[in-house]
Amino acid sequence: MSRSGMIRAACVALLLALVLRPHWFTPVFAPFAPAGGPVIYERASILSLSLSHLGLVALASGLATLVAVGLAILVTRPAGAAFLPLSRTITNIGQTFPPVAVLALAVPALGFGAGPTLVALFLYGLLPIFETAIAGLSTLPPATMEAARGIGLTRWQRLIRVELPLALPVILTGIRLSVVIAIGTATVGSTVAARTLGEVIIAGLLTSNTAFVLQGGVIVGLFAVLVYDALSLLETALTRRLGRQSAGAEA
Amino acid sequence: MAGLSPPGVLFAVLGLAAIFAPFMTLAANRIVAGEGRALWTLAAPQITGPGIALMLLGLALGLPAARPFLRIAGAALGLAGLVWLLVLGASSLLAEAGDYARVSPAAGFWFLLVVFALMMADALSALSPGPAARAGLLVLVIALVGALLWSGALSNLSIAQEFASRKNAFYTASLRHLGLAFGSLLAAAVIGLPLGVLSHRNAGLRRALLPVLSFLQTIPSLAMFGIMIPVLSWLSGVIPGARAIGIAGIGFAPAFLALTLYSLLPVVANVLAGLRTAPAATLEAARGMGMTWRQRLTRVELPLGLPVVLSGLRIVLVQNIGLAVIAGLIGGGGYGTFVFQGLNQTAGDLILLGALPTVALALVSAIAMDILVELTTPRTEREE
Repeated sequence: MSRSGMIRAACVALLLALVLRPHWFTPVFAPFAPAGGPVIYERASILSLSLSHLGLVALASGLATLVAVGLAILVTRPAGAAFLPLSRTITNIGQTFPPVAVLALAVPALGFGAGPTLVALFLYGLLPIFETAIAGLSTLPPATMEAARGIGLTRWQRLIRVELPLALPVILTGIRLSVVIAIGTATVGSTVAARTLGEVIIAGLLTSNTAFVLQGGVIVGLFAVLVYDALSLLETALTRRLGRQSAGAEA
Repeated sequence: MAGLSPPGVLFAVLGLAAIFAPFMTLAANRIVAGEGRALWTLAAPQITGPGIALMLLGLALGLPAARPFLRIAGAALGLAGLVWLLVLGASSLLAEAGDYARVSPAAGFWFLLVVFALMMADALSALSPGPAARAGLLVLVIALVGALLWSGALSNLSIAQEFASRKNAFYTASLRHLGLAFGSLLAAAVIGLPLGVLSHRNAGLRRALLPVLSFLQTIPSLAMFGIMIPVLSWLSGVIPGARAIGIAGIGFAPAFLALTLYSLLPVVANVLAGLRTAPAATLEAARGMGMTWRQRLTRVELPLGLPVVLSGLRIVLVQNIGLAVIAGLIGGGGYGTFVFQGLNQTAGDLILLGALPTVALALVSAIAMDILVELTTPRTEREE
């Protein structure tokens, strides 16, 4: 196994142990807990918090991907070109809104819990995906597009069979960025009572128990690193496959 | 229909729909949920009529595609109508309600505000104003909003009452928030610039430094703030005199340190990217002229890379203004204090008092930094 493969396997094993068997780590975190205080978070199972954390991120990122790619397809068609500057403005402004402020502003409208977190993660995820989708869809090789038109593909067929597959690796870069940001930002969702791993960190902040802060922080950090890594691998694999296909087509 | 601006049509449809949504809420006191009031039920028709007419006129002026100035005028009229209805609606609603009653803008108001603001932005982007014009516009908008707040016309709104009852706390929080965001930006620049320059010249340092900084970035912001508390309280115990200069486990110091650590990656990465923008031929010419590496750095590489370095600082500034809200959780002050107090008391307007200035500060900083980036971009590139 290569060195990076071993590091990856070790990280996965460490993460699984932290999530499934948190008590194994009592001696590790004990020095950071206040004297006589609890070392390992026990008010909720780490597994269920992790699942709900990842579920929120997956749902928000999935929706953001659908909307952002859909919007990008729309504004790169001739009919939607008039909306390109507007959609750029909206996603740019959306990105300057601080996540905590979005969370807090959504609470009066949506109540406490998962709702505001979903909205904030969704809004935050849009920009990176939208930007890369536009870049991917508007920088396709003209020769390929000409060939697709030449063999009589309709607009719809060109989009599905040529443009989207070619733009996919670039779009994936945006999705990866957006998912990693969402994994970190979701922890803040626990300030408005969403069930995420942020709950562990906040419990630590409120009781000045650094053991909780570290426990939550390490798990979220590992999730972020591993998801980033997995999506990078997927991206490389896709690019390689596309490269081979186009090389085969040329031969 | 060729003469219609497609976004203008969208704005008109959305704006017309939003006119039927509740425009303001009237609540019996600060905590209870209010009841929504539609536009035409705010006050007598002779008061609401002109405001509604202004907004309809604004939406109509947004339609013609070829006339961006007309669309800007439409957006301005619409915003004027919105403010008119907000000010007069608030006083008339309060006149009919009890002593502790609170009025706040509701979904309809916010929606219309977004529609007219986007209409303005869309029309402006069609004109593509230069940096000087954008800076002038920014100052004008800030002056207008400032004048509106200063005039006291909005003092009937619930958020203004929240402000009035904690004026001093608000000013302290503002200073603290600015100090956290700009102070950590400055610290990150002071540390990050030399680090970036050094790792540009030294590949070994670059390979060692970037993974560490990327690792810092993966720590969730909440945990970063939390981890700084014990680190700093340990430091303040170990280093003599540390406590005297304000290094303590809670408050300003851990928040400041967390924000600075977060900012290092974007600063260093953008310095590296910026220094790489100098074309090889240009560097060759500089070397040929007999420039030392210090001269090449200060006269060629840094000036050419400045826009990229500045866009790194823009990312950091906007990010830190947002993250500084979290300082409110660990006693670090700033607008986060109001946000979290408001969340605890379920007082929506107190949340707004913390969140709105944060959003405004982030927006203004982003626009101002974009203008700076454009000003430093070499002219030949800009004209392309």
